[in-house]
Amino acid sequence: MRRVYGCAAEFDTPTKLLEAARRAREAGYRKFEAYSPYAIKELDDVIPMWDPLPLMVLIAGVSGTVTAWAMQTGIAIWDYPINVGGRPLNSWPAFVPIMFELTVLFAGCTAFFGALWLCGFPLVHHPVFNVGEFARVSDDRFFLCIEARDSKFGPEDTSEFLAQFEPIAVWEIDRD
Amino acid sequence: MSIAEQQRESRRPPRPRASEPIIFGADSFGTLTEQISSIPLTRKTPRVWYIILVISVSALVMFVAVFSFLLYQGIGILGNEIPVAWGFPITNFVWWIGIGHAGTLISAILLLLNQRWRNSINRFAEAMTIFAVMCAGLMPIAHLGRPWILYWMLPYPNTMHVQPQFRSPLIWDVFAVSTYGTISLLFWYLGMIPDLGTLRDRATKGFTKGMYGVFALGWRGGSRHWRFHEMASLLLAGLATPLVLSVHTVVSFDFTIAILPGWHSTIFPPYFVDGAIYSGFAMVLMLAIPIRSIYGLDNLITERHLNNCGKILLATGLILAYAYAIEPFTAWYSGDRYEMAVVHYRAVGPESWTYWVTILCNIVIPQLLWFRSFRIRPKRLFFVSAVVLYGMWMERFMIIVTSLHRDFLPSSWSNFIATAWDIAFFVGSVGLFLTAFLLFVRYLPMISMYELRELLPFSKPGGGSEK
Repeated sequence: MRRVYGCAAEFDTPTKLLEAARRAREAGYRKFEAYSPYAIKELDDVIPMWDPLPLMVLIAGVSGTVTAWAMQTGIAIWDYPINVGGRPLNSWPAFVPIMFELTVLFAGCTAFFGALWLCGFPLVHHPVFNVGEFARVSDDRFFLCIEARDSKFGPEDTSEFLAQFEPIAVWEIDRD
Repeated sequence: MSIAEQQRESRRPPRPRASEPIIFGADSFGTLTEQISSIPLTRKTPRVWYIILVISVSALVMFVAVFSFLLYQGIGILGNEIPVAWGFPITNFVWWIGIGHAGTLISAILLLLNQRWRNSINRFAEAMTIFAVMCAGLMPIAHLGRPWILYWMLPYPNTMHVQPQFRSPLIWDVFAVSTYGTISLLFWYLGMIPDLGTLRDRATKGFTKGMYGVFALGWRGGSRHWRFHEMASLLLAGLATPLVLSVHTVVSFDFTIAILPGWHSTIFPPYFVDGAIYSGFAMVLMLAIPIRSIYGLDNLITERHLNNCGKILLATGLILAYAYAIEPFTAWYSGDRYEMAVVHYRAVGPESWTYWVTILCNIVIPQLLWFRSFRIRPKRLFFVSAVVLYGMWMERFMIIVTSLHRDFLPSSWSNFIATAWDIAFFVGSVGLFLTAFLLFVRYLPMISMYELRELLPFSKPGGGSEK
């Protein structure tokens, strides 16, 4: 049996994409995704999502500060104390630059690898690539794909629904 | 609208030229994509690219040879001697890392300030940062007495039970520069992922498609992708902004923490950061001007870009002039005779030519940028940028040499004499930088396609259609 990933409409302007996405949401669809060649801010309200990245970065940043402080304090006081003219061993102001650098290092790496992880990267293949025309989404086309896992999804109903927004084409996307 | 709102609205200054287009000649998304993606994919590589590549690879070979001989023979082949123990390598280090800072300024700080004109130049400015940091990082390594044990600078558990001295700015430098290199690389790559997706989708040859596909990681351009991508870019920009200031501050700490007259000064951190951005913008212009003419990109990198960069060059140059003026004042005001002696020897001592060349190149000649024609005429702007880059190298050289060559004890006074190895090493590092940059221009999208699409008037939903 042929397994369907979803139904996709291809548009040539962001206006049509946004309109179709809004109407799909109003019609009760929830599991859909809008593909575009650049970020479209207006889609944020139509396709809401939870973004844990800032929290992850904050936690990583704080742990970077703590790691750097613990490392330097531990080494400078207990592991390898260097006595320079009797100056105090716990000279914490001197540890601030490295505390800052490790904060940024931990937070930055988390922002990068966290974003990749949240996007599901690296990914070798995805059903939307089964449609040859989808290659133009990285150039000048806009796709709205309603996925089969949506409870309202029906292959005929959904493609009829999408056809009313003047798409260039409506595609049925195979899962495999 | 309530009255209070109206008042608030009218008090807001009008935004000049907000409607003026930043880029020209792109009447559809397709033409824009084609113009940029054809450079790595289909267009014939210009002959001048090969010519510059041959020259820069030759310089790179020289760099490898000098570095190898340096490892074999030791740093005695360089001009570094007591009292001027920091010669070319540290000058080169500060110069290169300073150049990198403009890339971060353009990609991070101008992003946070919502300066959308930066979208045309941020990609290759970031690439410039990566390659400049690469060159910079090799310099202090070469300058180490025994470079092969450079990992001793890292705090790792070892059988010798020896650990680094965290109160030393030289160790701060290790952390600052390595963090800076890492974050710049991640930021650059993150920004490139959507464009690598475009190249993957447009490539026709199997191998090319495969390589771009691997590095595009499976980019699909879904709204969730874009949002994570944008959030990560913003977070990285927010982190890179204080980072870039901290890196050159830490570099200046290498000098100021020492009690040497001429170095031991609180003005150094801002003075260094400003000089870094100054030299970096000069390098951005020296790269942008040939690129736009060779690849015919003057519709994307416009006169407005040159004008803006020229203005930043002028502004940072004036801040630098202030720093130069305040240095002798502080020396005089301190009443410290050693500080005053450094100022005296800078102006009239045996190495005074470095000081006057610095003033000429960094302060006097860049005043030409007050004239609009020097900011928008590519050849003139290129000339001023080249002068500034040379002047900024000379400034670091001057700071190092003139502060060291006259020590507290006249018996240890001595001048610095560069060897041929010094010069070959520096020229070689330029070769390394240019080789990497040429390969980048040839094989990667050197202008951010998706960020330029956002600048097109029909990119906003409801914002009109393509012509």
